[in-house]
Amino acid sequence: MLYRNRPDKLDRPLSLVVTGLILWFISNYYPFLTLVIEGRSQETVLFTGIVRLYGQGQLSLAVLVLLTGMVFPLLQLVGLVYVLLPLRCGAVPPYMAQVYRWVRYLQPWSMMEILMLGILVSLVKLAGMAEVVPGPSLFAFMALIFVIPAATVAIDTNGIWERSPLQMEK
Amino acid sequence: MGTLPLTNGKVTAFSAGLVSCHSCHLVCRPVNDDIDRRPLCPRCGASLYQRKPASLARTWALVIAAMIFYIPANMLPVMQTISMGKVQSDTILSGVIYFVLTGSWHIALIIFVASILVPLAKLLVLVYLLLSVQFRSIKHPKDRTRLYHMMEAVGRWSMVDIFAVTVMVGLVRMDAMASVDAGPAGFYFAAVVVLTMLAANCFDPRLIWDAVEEYK
Repeated sequence: MLYRNRPDKLDRPLSLVVTGLILWFISNYYPFLTLVIEGRSQETVLFTGIVRLYGQGQLSLAVLVLLTGMVFPLLQLVGLVYVLLPLRCGAVPPYMAQVYRWVRYLQPWSMMEILMLGILVSLVKLAGMAEVVPGPSLFAFMALIFVIPAATVAIDTNGIWERSPLQMEK
Repeated sequence: MGTLPLTNGKVTAFSAGLVSCHSCHLVCRPVNDDIDRRPLCPRCGASLYQRKPASLARTWALVIAAMIFYIPANMLPVMQTISMGKVQSDTILSGVIYFVLTGSWHIALIIFVASILVPLAKLLVLVYLLLSVQFRSIKHPKDRTRLYHMMEAVGRWSMVDIFAVTVMVGLVRMDAMASVDAGPAGFYFAAVVVLTMLAANCFDPRLIWDAVEEYK
């Protein structure tokens, strides 16, 4: 069987996806902005905002932001590792085509870059009123805007489809 | 599934009973021996269909629902700021005006385009595409297809306002001094974005070309 993808061609998308995963954890663990008003400071992570939305009675909004801002991006990255890592090691993971199919379905619903823009907008709005300090994960978010599209572009989609076994019924 | 007659000696995949999987693009000829089960792609498991099922009906339903939600989304406040006992309600539009008045016109432009222009444009484009297909228009199919793909790509960016509100809610929570609450418009606006995204997903752009094919 002839393979168009040599294992070393998978290095770039795989390393980008792993970078993306690391950045995901950083951006959700460390605060991205700190607000300072009259000596009191408040910092935040996306999850805090989500929980507060829920507390304000906005359940559906909280769930939507949770899914599009945190869960779906994570699932995408994990799914891509599941597909790319075994391929890099020369094996085909079970249900590879199905997993990759769902990764692609999630693509438009995975909105971390849009979240980044939202953070920027809030930054500008608040900067006019109080002191706003960028947090450590702000840079993680900025990096993610480049890493995720770079990973998407680097993946040889056709190569993945071609490597998937055909399951003929009956 | 109906078959179109051969035209100009050219065979279309549609008329040959061939299906390209919408997910992995494997080309198959599905065999429908079991009517209850829809054929699945042997490679990736996606359901196979020549055209998206009930495309027009589903797209219309979603577009109409989105149009209904569009009104409260823009009229109700999307964010309420409480500082030193003073309550300030902001709709999406008043938020844009605030940015203009405080000098950040670039942000005002981003919000205006993403949260007011884009959802409206999506609705108008979808209605236009739906009507053009239902009236079997054969004009500018390439442009209409491009219009569809541009609209589909841009739609999700309207969510920027929702994320901005979430960030503000999460950040400004010094109860006595200042706090931000998400307003009722948040739900309706998010609904508009989600519904238009789903509507664009349900619309099959190949329908645009079916009318052109019939004409030949």
